[in-house]
Amino acid sequence: MTSDWDGVRLHIVTGKGGTGKTTVAAALAMSLATEGKRVLLAEVEGRQGISGVLDVPRLGEDEVQVATGPGGGQVMGLAVDPKAALLEYLQMFYKLGMAGGMLERFGVVDFATTVAPGLRDVLLIGKVYEAVRRRPGRRGVRQDQVYDAVVLDAPPTGRVGQFLAVNQAMSGLAKVGPVKNQADSINDLLQSDQTAVHLVTLLEEMPVQETVDAVAELRSLPLPLGAVVINQERTPPADEHARNLLAANDFDTAPLADDLGELGLRVGPTLVGGLVQTGRDLVDRLDLEQQERETIAGLGLPTYHLPLLADGLDAGGLLQLATSLADQEAQV
Amino acid sequence: MTAVLDVDQLLADDSVHTIVCCGSGGVGKTTTAAAVAIRAAEQGRTVAVLTIDPARRLAQALGLEHLDNEPAPVESIDSSAGGSLDAMMLDMKRTFDEVVLRHADPGKAQQILENPFYQAVSSSFAGTQEYMAMERLGQLHAEQRDGRARWDLIVVDTPPSRSALDFLDAPKRLGSFLDGRFIRLMMSPAKAGGRAYLKVVSVGVNSVTAVMSKILGGQFLKDAQTFVAALDTMFGGFRERAEQTYALLGDASTAFLVVATPERDALREASYFAGRLGEEGMPLAGLVVNRVQRTHVPSLKEARAEVAAEAADELPARRGKGWQPGDTASLLRLHADLAATAARHEAAIGRFTAAHPTIPQVLVGAAAHDVNDIAQLREIGDELAG
Repeated sequence: MTSDWDGVRLHIVTGKGGTGKTTVAAALAMSLATEGKRVLLAEVEGRQGISGVLDVPRLGEDEVQVATGPGGGQVMGLAVDPKAALLEYLQMFYKLGMAGGMLERFGVVDFATTVAPGLRDVLLIGKVYEAVRRRPGRRGVRQDQVYDAVVLDAPPTGRVGQFLAVNQAMSGLAKVGPVKNQADSINDLLQSDQTAVHLVTLLEEMPVQETVDAVAELRSLPLPLGAVVINQERTPPADEHARNLLAANDFDTAPLADDLGELGLRVGPTLVGGLVQTGRDLVDRLDLEQQERETIAGLGLPTYHLPLLADGLDAGGLLQLATSLADQEAQV
Repeated sequence: MTAVLDVDQLLADDSVHTIVCCGSGGVGKTTTAAAVAIRAAEQGRTVAVLTIDPARRLAQALGLEHLDNEPAPVESIDSSAGGSLDAMMLDMKRTFDEVVLRHADPGKAQQILENPFYQAVSSSFAGTQEYMAMERLGQLHAEQRDGRARWDLIVVDTPPSRSALDFLDAPKRLGSFLDGRFIRLMMSPAKAGGRAYLKVVSVGVNSVTAVMSKILGGQFLKDAQTFVAALDTMFGGFRERAEQTYALLGDASTAFLVVATPERDALREASYFAGRLGEEGMPLAGLVVNRVQRTHVPSLKEARAEVAAEAADELPARRGKGWQPGDTASLLRLHADLAATAARHEAAIGRFTAAHPTIPQVLVGAAAHDVNDIAQLREIGDELAG
């Protein structure tokens, strides 16, 4: 996929809770970190999800290396904190110094980052925006903090539209002034072809439904959609021949029982009946998955597939996902 | 030996009037809440279920095309035991509007409702949903019919949030915001009219206000001030109610069900939450683990199934188009995969049990389909009851 997204500098990853959004964001960041490249993986919900998935210490405002891509590039991690982002923002644009501390003392920082509507999101994305816009040689920019791409582990599908609709959030409030200008610049980046919003889903009813809803919402904003990543996909161990036989009402279990006997297993109704039921469950599930696949295909977006890792997620598993993602060509 | 959660015993206890289902996002809280509510109603209790963000199918399963802020009877339950079930979905904004209308005088109420800050806070402030869920819970408990409480059990689903703890923290957060220094600061120019106030404060206020309007634009600050001034009237009301509902959660008439899936993250979240409930002295009834993988042949372990599958590949093929040893091998591999997942789930749950040996738990199996009707919710209820 590495070449599928040339020109995209900000990858926003969302998905229904429980679909593996953070895992996919991490795998994506690793797959983009080809030789000599540096990728920033950022989270904004104070969840420390990156730290959990990559098994590294808790992240803070410092950008630290969290992984190495299969191609040898660096993945840096950042947990954006709205308070720190606000103070940094004030410092950068207003050279506030003392006043910054005063704002904190008077509870303004709390107010701005928790209650002032939309401001929190503008601050969070604002930090990501700043990271995307860094260029080598600019004043105050450290060479090791210039990125070829930024991957944002965004809020889940239910909230992502609101999160990314920076302009709508601010329109009723700050109509003029620097925050409004900042929101405008962020919005320009978000709507440009340098951004792609990817959606992670499982082949299950609810996640697919949420994906469909989110696609409609993102299109209406409008924000540039990237790919749908189908996560935890399982290759059916039983082929079509076996599945057709199993699905039939008059399935003859005798040959199966014979085989099991040959293999030295204790043949009884639990074993034979249980295995047949296991096969039939699979047939049912594959039918459902097929329906979900068709719904996803109807979205007209490129898709990628990530396998279910039987052993759960560990460092090796994540690398496996990153490699798989890097090697795939999008299916359109 | 793990303590087993006896849901039926919980439902039969008529001193329990509130059951709160909490857990991190995507673990099946709403489904659990609906299943528990149906079971309670069919055992004869007068139940209301307050859902937060039900999937369309779940709303339909309850026989309600449009769940809204007012409880509507679920007709399709079995009421032979004398119980009933009403279902509703939290409308956060409407609940908030009603609070404003109740606590502020009419002129002010309108002013608040039209303020852009209010509109944003009431519809999107992280925490409003939790606060309003509690507010609505308080309202439901206060509702009377024929001289007594309209419902004797209210089952509450909690808002989708990254952390189950948000549900406990959010109301406090809203309260501390309303009580915050900045709010008082913004109030002060209005309040200080005609009064002499300390110069020091004035200097502080002026420079903070100046910085704020420089950054945010004058209108932003003006709107914020109007909002805060308007809210001031309702201050007492808000804080008091937040404290009341919080106290209700610590009451013996409330039971928490912590919901999780057998995954590391969800169980870790459940573990935090259980610890926190303990600290706050809040009554935890038990842990519900949804989507636990089970196999149809529990005695056949993964490794044995793998070995057998390898051997099956070596068996001679049969003539004809029927069942082949290769097919047997694939069934064994399929079983081995499921057995591996089942073992992983068991281990994850085992870690929770080791950390919290006294918390009763109940496991609900993974289903192939999403819930589509009441019968399926009833089956989940059966599983919950063991």
